[in-house]
Amino acid sequence: MHRKTAHRIARVALALCLVTASSACSNIEPWVKPYERDRLADPIMFLDHDPVSTSYMYHVFESREGARGAEGVVGGGCGCN
Amino acid sequence: MRNRLLLTLGLVATLWTATAEAAVLPDERTDVLYHRYEGDNITIEGPSVLVRKNVGKSVSVSANYYVDMITSASIDVVTTASPYEEERKQGSIGVDYLRGGTMMSFGLTRSSESDFEAETWSLAVSQNLFGDLTTVTIAYSLGDDVVGMSNDETFARDVARQAYGLGISQIFTKNLIMGFNFEAITDEGFLRNPYRSVRYLNDDGATYSYQSERYPNTRTSSAASISGRYYLPYRAAINGQIRGFSDTWGITSMTYELGYTHPWRDFTFSTRLRYYTQDQADFYSDLFPRVDFQNFLARDKELSTFTSTTFRAAVAWDIGTDGFGPFSKARLTAFWDHILFDYENFSDLRVEGVLPGEEPNFTFEADVIQLLFSVWY
Repeated sequence: MHRKTAHRIARVALALCLVTASSACSNIEPWVKPYERDRLADPIMFLDHDPVSTSYMYHVFESREGARGAEGVVGGGCGCN
Repeated sequence: MRNRLLLTLGLVATLWTATAEAAVLPDERTDVLYHRYEGDNITIEGPSVLVRKNVGKSVSVSANYYVDMITSASIDVVTTASPYEEERKQGSIGVDYLRGGTMMSFGLTRSSESDFEAETWSLAVSQNLFGDLTTVTIAYSLGDDVVGMSNDETFARDVARQAYGLGISQIFTKNLIMGFNFEAITDEGFLRNPYRSVRYLNDDGATYSYQSERYPNTRTSSAASISGRYYLPYRAAINGQIRGFSDTWGITSMTYELGYTHPWRDFTFSTRLRYYTQDQADFYSDLFPRVDFQNFLARDKELSTFTSTTFRAAVAWDIGTDGFGPFSKARLTAFWDHILFDYENFSDLRVEGVLPGEEPNFTFEADVIQLLFSVWY
């Protein structure tokens, strides 16, 4: 049950990664303009506001659970400040 | 022992996270954290200090010093060993180099304790695309550890580890950002805890004995996650994450997270619910039918079938948004996480007077406290 779901998520994530990466060669007009990213730049949108705390909590969970990896909360914020 | 292998992976993940927000250097800040974990008669506490500073306009350097002071009388220790105290110290340095829309990050982490030495090198490259709507990150880390035994100075076994990561951060709308992560990790070497034992049923059927664990010398795992964060109309945010995991030991797991963040005046309140469910490794058993029952033997509860449920409450106080002494701003944050571990096939051997295999399943609750003081400059 878990294995099937895990494989499904892996396939979806990989497909999305590959599609996004492969489309890097084409010219896609940004559909969210820099001046429209004020909400994304709000600190409440930072998934990893405190890296030292995030790192510690990874340690707490990974020390006591069998799973590991892919918990990095990529993204958050607009990269425009 | 496996527990201690994993902190460096967490640090690498954090490095990856930092680079995933590329195109700007990370904030210049210093964080001083006090952490305390208490559960299953284990107390682990200590400081963690992270300093980050820019050098010129395109380089950011960071250094972290982390200490775990451990006092343990856990169920593993009580049933098969003696209570102990120990200290683990860890230092790491990192360099981020920004050039155009590309961020390159290098890191080195070393940790040391009485029976374990670890060293991990890491490298990550992030590239912004499509007007900074998309960030693609590729990460790699290489670790070399030495496993020892506190009661045998001649005992030393190596572990080599490599981790490969691919991540995408994508802005979808003015209010929604999502992340996709994939990470494969391979281990080779001495992967078990040298102190832990499995139990097996004696011929009389009414008692049991112990023998050392035996693990495979290799392990390869893959994990994939999808996460998202959405800005609500009244200035608040909800976030969620789903992660799937499987490895060559037969462990499969799913992790689900849902969180909410709400600012009010100079405070930011946040809460989170995390649910983790796992199926056991192929060679795990709570009670083997006889000695040397199979090639590989494990009774580590982290390889069993179980769930963990975590509730978080946190509050951050922006002390000086317009300046705090010589600093541009300061923040004080308190985190409290309450975790319930519920094991499905790991028995509580402290219960006596029942036949082997009929003991109740083990369960315990843990509290994790963090106090964090941060300044920006």
